[in-house]
Amino acid sequence: MHTQDIFKSDNSKGLLSIYYTAGYPNLDSTIAIAKKLESAGADFLEIGFPYSDPIADGPVIQHSSEVALRNGMTLQCLFQQLQDLRSHVSIPVFLMGYFNTVLQYGVENFCKSCQAVGVNGAIIPDLPIYEYEELYQDTFKQYGINNIFLVTPQTSEERIRKIDNLSHSFIYLLSSNATTGKNLEVGAQAEQYFQRLKDMDLKNPLVIGFGISDRETFRKATTYAKGAIIGSAFVRVLSDDDYMNKIESFIKGIKT
Amino acid sequence: MSKYHVNKKGYYGPFGGAYIPEMLYPNVEELQQKYMEIMQEESFQQEFQELLKDYVGRPSPLYLAKRLSARYGANIFLKREDLNHTGAHKINNTIGQILLAERLGKKRIIAETGAGQHGVATATVCALKGLECVVYMGEIDIQRQAPNVARMKMMGATVVAAQSGSKTLKDATNEALRDWINNPIDTHYIIGSVVGPHPYPDLVARFQSIISEETKRQLTEKTGNSLPDYVLACVGGGSNAAGMFYHFLEDEQVKLIAVEAAGHGIKSGESAATTALGKEGVLHGSRSILMQTEDGQVTEPYSISAGLDYPGIGPQHAWLYKSGRGKYVSITDDEAMQAGLLLTKLEGIIPAIESSHALAYLEKMTFQGNENVVICLSGRGDKDLDNYMKYFGF
Repeated sequence: MHTQDIFKSDNSKGLLSIYYTAGYPNLDSTIAIAKKLESAGADFLEIGFPYSDPIADGPVIQHSSEVALRNGMTLQCLFQQLQDLRSHVSIPVFLMGYFNTVLQYGVENFCKSCQAVGVNGAIIPDLPIYEYEELYQDTFKQYGINNIFLVTPQTSEERIRKIDNLSHSFIYLLSSNATTGKNLEVGAQAEQYFQRLKDMDLKNPLVIGFGISDRETFRKATTYAKGAIIGSAFVRVLSDDDYMNKIESFIKGIKT
Repeated sequence: MSKYHVNKKGYYGPFGGAYIPEMLYPNVEELQQKYMEIMQEESFQQEFQELLKDYVGRPSPLYLAKRLSARYGANIFLKREDLNHTGAHKINNTIGQILLAERLGKKRIIAETGAGQHGVATATVCALKGLECVVYMGEIDIQRQAPNVARMKMMGATVVAAQSGSKTLKDATNEALRDWINNPIDTHYIIGSVVGPHPYPDLVARFQSIISEETKRQLTEKTGNSLPDYVLACVGGGSNAAGMFYHFLEDEQVKLIAVEAAGHGIKSGESAATTALGKEGVLHGSRSILMQTEDGQVTEPYSISAGLDYPGIGPQHAWLYKSGRGKYVSITDDEAMQAGLLLTKLEGIIPAIESSHALAYLEKMTFQGNENVVICLSGRGDKDLDNYMKYFGF
């Protein structure tokens, strides 16, 4: 199956995606963690590239970014590590990070490097729709890199439709308007909003993120969406000295 | 139309825009949609002007500094923003934004602060309006600026220590943005400089434009000509300069000089001279010139003046610099301290160290008799006494 097909297939559901920061806890742990996640049952990955000023992130991911930067992680270093990505990992991989690092690397260079190593797309929270459309969409398309957009409970229907038209992979649905790593209760209000999105019958599948941390929140989210993303809760696992041995049980604890 | 010719999307040439995550979009869009309309309402203007007059003490004097003028061989006028309530130009903006927040129906105010001047100006207007106020301040700055922390607390504000990153202004701004993300409905973020996503750079410049509006009038009264030969202001983020330049932008014969902080020297590795050391980048929601590593990590600036200690500049400044309309120069800690002491001795005015940077540039200029120079004296030096004492050993 082509890596991207899991988002299109009607058969796939309950997809689990895991976010982690490249270069954390060790500079060279990126590929080892990816392999372990795939074998443990994760369905796709988001690998974060660190930035000094991550305004959308809470303390856990901020800390992982600081450590990664101290370890020497850069986009250049990350692409080097990912050179043989596709001989180790077959599930879809997205890169996630802030726009300034991409801008300095060069947007076209970034897309080219993503294509070269087999990365499927990018999530750049502070690259807004207008700037993407005006300045960068053609470049992303040229290299076949999917840009993933976020939708929050406050995003208007008109804007969601627009995002749906610009998207070619999935839409990243935020469970609430918040920074990452909040302990969110997926309550009646959130469920109402998930239902509203589900009823819009968008062409792209929805994947819910922010506040998904355990089996219960994952189950709830995936009754409304094709998948859900766990970030901070997993990054916390990586802070354990014995993290390589904890990854499998963490994933199994969510999925079964 | 803004004199900075900002377009509808918040761009000044290639700079500006609103590089924000979707979580901030509703807040920022609401501001984009409504700020012009609200600012043009008669009731807004009436209340704004009244507060500027009766509460802030405007118009601030334009003072011909005779002894300073004699020393440099030009007519040097000081725009006395240091005489405003709370001691700096910052209050012009916070008064405007609190009225805006009120009209947007917001109940809670957040702000970032470096040295504490903008934090104090924000806490002040929150006390004035009885609104909840949370100020983010780097943990290191809280230790360095105890009197301003006390002022904010006396006025009822909660001061929250920013403990991320380098624990200074840039991180306080990050924390304020995170707070805004997590409180999208009832909170207004009062940014203290011409930075942040559109419409902030425009909004703050408009509120600060009162500085040059008054200056033109006052210059006409004093010299018969509304246009000076030079206008000087210091630039950290750039709000006093944005206001000081505003009404002179279209008068091409007026030379605009923006003075950045070189810290220990541009090449010392301890500097805040953004245009000299930075390159194009995105920080805190706008595209501008930014001090950063090759990999795009924002670097920590240094200046003896906490108010100039910011790694970026407002997008309109990036554009004035790039287009050549403004001249961007820098002054070291030592030069600024000497200029501060000189003004104190010659005129009996102790300037904020920020403003001392603008004054110091006079040393590097040559005048051709009788030229008129306006310098924005953006703040008073009371807050810097500690630094002056340490530096000169008084």
